[in-house]
Amino acid sequence: MFKLSPKLSQKIFYALLFMATLLVITPAAIIIYIIIKNGASAITWEFLTSMPKDGMRGGGIFPAIVGTLCIVLCAISLTLPIGVCAAIYLNEYAKDNLLTRIIKLAIVNLAGVPSVVYGLFGLGIFVMFMNFGVSIIAGALTLSIMELPVIITTARGALSGVPHSFREASMSLGVSRWQTIRHIVLPNALPGILTGAILSIARISGETAPILFTAAAFYVPHMPTSIYDQVMALPYHLYIISTQIPNMPKNIIFGTALVLLMMVLSMSLIAIVARIYFRKTRKW
Amino acid sequence: MKRKIIDFIIEKIIFLCGVLSIVFVVLIFCFLLKEGVSFFKDYDVFKFVFGKLWYPSSEPAQFGILALIVGSIYVTAGACLIAVPLGVAAALYISEIAPAGVRDVLKSCVELMAAVPSVVIGFVGMATLVPFVRELFDIPTGLTAFSGSIMLAFMAMPTIVTISEDAIRSVPWSYKEGALALGATRWQTIRRIVLKAAMPGIIAAIMLGIGRVIGETMAVMMITGNAAHIPSSIFEPVRTMTATIAAEMGETVRGGMHYKSLFAIGLVLFVITFSVNFIADLILGKKKRK
Repeated sequence: MFKLSPKLSQKIFYALLFMATLLVITPAAIIIYIIIKNGASAITWEFLTSMPKDGMRGGGIFPAIVGTLCIVLCAISLTLPIGVCAAIYLNEYAKDNLLTRIIKLAIVNLAGVPSVVYGLFGLGIFVMFMNFGVSIIAGALTLSIMELPVIITTARGALSGVPHSFREASMSLGVSRWQTIRHIVLPNALPGILTGAILSIARISGETAPILFTAAAFYVPHMPTSIYDQVMALPYHLYIISTQIPNMPKNIIFGTALVLLMMVLSMSLIAIVARIYFRKTRKW
Repeated sequence: MKRKIIDFIIEKIIFLCGVLSIVFVVLIFCFLLKEGVSFFKDYDVFKFVFGKLWYPSSEPAQFGILALIVGSIYVTAGACLIAVPLGVAAALYISEIAPAGVRDVLKSCVELMAAVPSVVIGFVGMATLVPFVRELFDIPTGLTAFSGSIMLAFMAMPTIVTISEDAIRSVPWSYKEGALALGATRWQTIRRIVLKAAMPGIIAAIMLGIGRVIGETMAVMMITGNAAHIPSSIFEPVRTMTATIAAEMGETVRGGMHYKSLFAIGLVLFVITFSVNFIADLILGKKKRK
């Protein structure tokens, strides 16, 4: 059989792998390019700060932006403290026993539950059972449970990155375990925890399925006044105007997609750059 | 003394947060089970899983989800055919071949890809890929399983690339040094040694990618055409389980049969993703213990 020399086959396969990598990366670049090219013309100050008009076909997307900010801020302020505490437990206190293994399994599975199933769960427990109705708080609670495993995993990574010698030095001075965590471990893990939190905020800003039945409304003519109000949300708004409304001007849909994409990507980029920066400047 | 009490209370709170994840998983399962079981009291499980007709609002209503399961399988299998080879190849390139500077850039790109919301992917697919597919294959609609598979492949890739890359990088240096010392080229080392040693991790990565695709909702709902019938080819519209829940929950009567049937679908999805993740975790865990 015809056989390639090892050197040549290495060259060929390296080229193939390189092409595969390009194929993975370029579609995302194309998607971003298409949205910017078609959407940039729609972005004006008025588009960002006014209400929708003419059955969504005109005006702006201000209420959707506000709604998304409300839901996301609510969700992250619920999930961050719980997630960080859970990470502290797993990294600093938990022994290698059955309970710890079950907790880890639970986290893995929480991370794998489909987003629409979170939506069902939120509808069942927060909207119906706890009677919050379709509201900011119901959506935020749903999203916060969905994001919990991600927060725990990144926070745990940040905590376990703090060298053991730091803890030993502190504890050998007679400082209690919690005091050590509070004053030594947490401050050193903070950059990692925060970048993880920003990535989470970016991710939940774009989630649609979990808020479909728990928080989002087709159209709300006023701004939310309490956490029990329904709101418009940016991802849901994009879904509505791109599928449910006939004769929708294309540039408004692309403009909405662009705003959502920029929100999500800029936050992710900040987190990624911050992480690289902290990695370079850390003390150990 | 006061400090000790504070420490004690805080440590208890931390413990509670730690076990909260278990509580949530159990809670989700129970809520799905509660509605699901009350649905199965009035509707045969066998007819539910193997029934071919999904007419939830006709008289008498038909709740057969076979077409939806087949729809999910079509889209998932299609997405995997595209995403798995490309994803694993990209992971190999990023971890073994790319120079260090390029590697960081590529990894950041992959991470940014993961952040693009599924509703945005769905919309771009509708606006560009769907008309393209319709014209290319000259079929009545571009809203097909095929289009859905392509868009979902993009969504599975970041998961597959990131986790495979971790697995490939955790192959001990001594393995590679051994192979290189025997005169193997770098590519031979990668193919015969690194790929083999990293295989369990790569399989786990693929399974997690599959889990992500099965659960994906917005993009499939927007691109696959949502026709609840068993397709004869991938160039026909299909409807997945997730899309059914998302599209129909709004029109149901709370507490009615249709409402409960969607929870039953949710239960099926939960069981599928739970098993996929559980197995992936077992594979990853076994590798770590070695």
